[in-house]
Amino acid sequence: MLSRTAANLFWMGRHLERADTAARLLDVGQRITLLPNTASGYQNEWNSLLQASGTANLFAEKYGEISQENIEEFIFFDRQNPSSVMSCIEKAREAGRIVRTALTSQVWDALNVAYQDLRRIGRMPRDKLDTGSLTDFTTSHTSTVRGAINATQLRNDGWHFMNLGYGLERADATARLLDVKYYVLLPRIEFVGSGLDTYQWQVILRALSAHRAYHWAYGGDITAGRVADFLILNGESPRSLITSLYEAVWNLEGLAKRYGETVPTNARDKAQEVLGRLQAHDIDMIFDEGLHEFLTWFIGEIGTISTLVHEDYLLGGS
Amino acid sequence: MTYYNEMYEGSRVREPYARLSQWVETMPADFRQMKQAEAEALFRRIGITFAVYGEGGDPDRLIPFDMMPRVFEQAEWRKLERGIKQRARALNAFLRDVYGRAEIVRAGRIPARLVYQNEAYEKAVVGVVPPRGVYSHIIGIDLVRTAKDQFFVLEDNCRTPSGVSYMLENREIMMRMFPGLFRGNRIEPVDQYPDLLRRTLESVAPAKCHDRPTCVILTPGHFNSAYYEHSFLANLMGVELVEGADLFVDGEFVYMRTTQGPKRVDVIYRRIDDPFLDPLCFRPDSMLGVPGLMDVYRSGGVSICSAPGAGVADDKAIYTFVPEMVRFYLGEEPLLQNVQTWALWKDDDYRYVMENLPDLVVKEVHGSGGYGMLVGPKSTREEIETFRAKIEANPGNYIAQPTLALSTCPTFVEEGLAPRHVDLRPYCLCGDRIELVPGGLTRVALREGSLVVNSSQGGGVKDTWVLSE
Repeated sequence: MLSRTAANLFWMGRHLERADTAARLLDVGQRITLLPNTASGYQNEWNSLLQASGTANLFAEKYGEISQENIEEFIFFDRQNPSSVMSCIEKAREAGRIVRTALTSQVWDALNVAYQDLRRIGRMPRDKLDTGSLTDFTTSHTSTVRGAINATQLRNDGWHFMNLGYGLERADATARLLDVKYYVLLPRIEFVGSGLDTYQWQVILRALSAHRAYHWAYGGDITAGRVADFLILNGESPRSLITSLYEAVWNLEGLAKRYGETVPTNARDKAQEVLGRLQAHDIDMIFDEGLHEFLTWFIGEIGTISTLVHEDYLLGGS
Repeated sequence: MTYYNEMYEGSRVREPYARLSQWVETMPADFRQMKQAEAEALFRRIGITFAVYGEGGDPDRLIPFDMMPRVFEQAEWRKLERGIKQRARALNAFLRDVYGRAEIVRAGRIPARLVYQNEAYEKAVVGVVPPRGVYSHIIGIDLVRTAKDQFFVLEDNCRTPSGVSYMLENREIMMRMFPGLFRGNRIEPVDQYPDLLRRTLESVAPAKCHDRPTCVILTPGHFNSAYYEHSFLANLMGVELVEGADLFVDGEFVYMRTTQGPKRVDVIYRRIDDPFLDPLCFRPDSMLGVPGLMDVYRSGGVSICSAPGAGVADDKAIYTFVPEMVRFYLGEEPLLQNVQTWALWKDDDYRYVMENLPDLVVKEVHGSGGYGMLVGPKSTREEIETFRAKIEANPGNYIAQPTLALSTCPTFVEEGLAPRHVDLRPYCLCGDRIELVPGGLTRVALREGSLVVNSSQGGGVKDTWVLSE
């Protein structure tokens, strides 16, 4: 497969997952602002969201004032925000268009329809739209594309690259969403264990569409330790760090097997190593180490694996 | 001026259109609008769009599709086919000749100036004979019809004629929407084209290639207006679609960058123009090409389709000599006629054209896409005078032709069926054999009375049928 094709498939996967994350981020923020008794109003919450997605400075420069409308515009529609839903869907569709030959018509169809619908929504007056429907719109389209990929794509190297993109991006995204919690709570550590704390954990679960799954898996009350366990170490949870990374490893192993010994496997080796370290953790160790420190380490490692994927496969051996 | 109507002779429906006529007559009132909307939705979903250079606007514009097919009888098509293949053979013979001993120039049948001072003549490939002596592997010959048995060649496209994806998709969409029509008519298929194209490319692999040849399509990239076509063909042929940056030269071969390291490429079907192929040989600022490609080509390490320099055969000035080529190389009389052409660099022709501008069509020698041309009878006095000034400034840049009575084909317009002017571009493949699928791209001028069929000028497309015996 052409290196450029592989790169486009990889980034198509990443951008679709990133669009999904942006929409979920919006949902988390929206729900947190519905909380009655935050000390300094909802502005802090939104700011922490932007911090977590790494776009706080860009937002401050362009909009200054934090308001629901500005945030929505920025996270959903703004093409200048590289992580907005609009930017990500456009980039995913452009990547897909470039590698049309590597996609089935069903996948292209789903991707193209998502893009056309998004452009239509982008032209609608904003007061006709609400945050909830924007999130639903995004997750339903990204799921359709994902479903088409699963149902129709050949299980070849292109398939591995797409899913590798999905896996790495999802690992990164769940880590960042968890980190929102850190930013939200840090100034008010006295809330830990309070009703507010529980509500915020719930919000994160909901944003990851994992609210019910959590109850099936653990039952009983929502506690910080269990939610973190569910989203970091639980191998049944579809968006947990361990599941996402496991998928990345599985796809990297698939590539290594397919390509044989002449092609370097640094990305696979590194991913296996990180997965090993993750498996050696339990949730108490993570809290002792500090959740934020642990997540920072993990996000850094995902970045390294991504760089190695490029070096191993996407430069074309020259 | 009267025009040949391909469907009606007076009020009588011509034989090949009999069933279609019934189909139209029994069509329920709102059926057409419904189907038209369905067709558009299909095109948009598939992603068939084209962009018009320099117009801005929606980058994903649809080319208008007309549901009323254009029909040829078997006998009509056989005649055309012979003429097209003959012309394709002559054009390749000419290219072989002018990059070799140039007998046709020595014999005084074509002026040396027109060949050697032609911008498309590549000195860099003189003496290089590509595999099987084929320079132009896909020849698009633009034809117009003026009477039952009267076809004229408007121009030859020997470089990288586009539009074949429309031929294939128009058929696909017609079959999907109106399967009944295809059951009732015996229509020759065209969907073997991608396979024939791949076989053609493989048949001209360089002698240094010992395994099954690896073919690729080289595109300028996804911003190009024809990108859809490039990826569409690559997909149907099962070959990689590459950009210049995906290829590199190492030693005597060309390689593509793959996830498993470098892979050798034997045949490049390029959809970029000569000047962009190799920055070391042609334009040094080209980002689209592959540095060193021409050295590999000249030493027989890779085949390039069409071969660099093939453009010298489809120049509008050379065009006037194609019938002469047929006689000179093949010893046959040309089966397809040229349109009478005046060359404005000749004094007599210049005088005649300037006196008769309102009746003539004037084109730039190197122009294409319907840009920079004057259709005398359809232009205002002012437009004619503006154009006259352009000609006076640079007569060598223009040719003129009589305004042809282009045939019409019934076409769906707001009020129902109405005659609109059409042309035809069949795609002739030249490799170890010469092949032509029964069909081509019919372009239709959708504006009433318009003779310009280019998509950039408000033209649309139709499915083109050849009925079997």
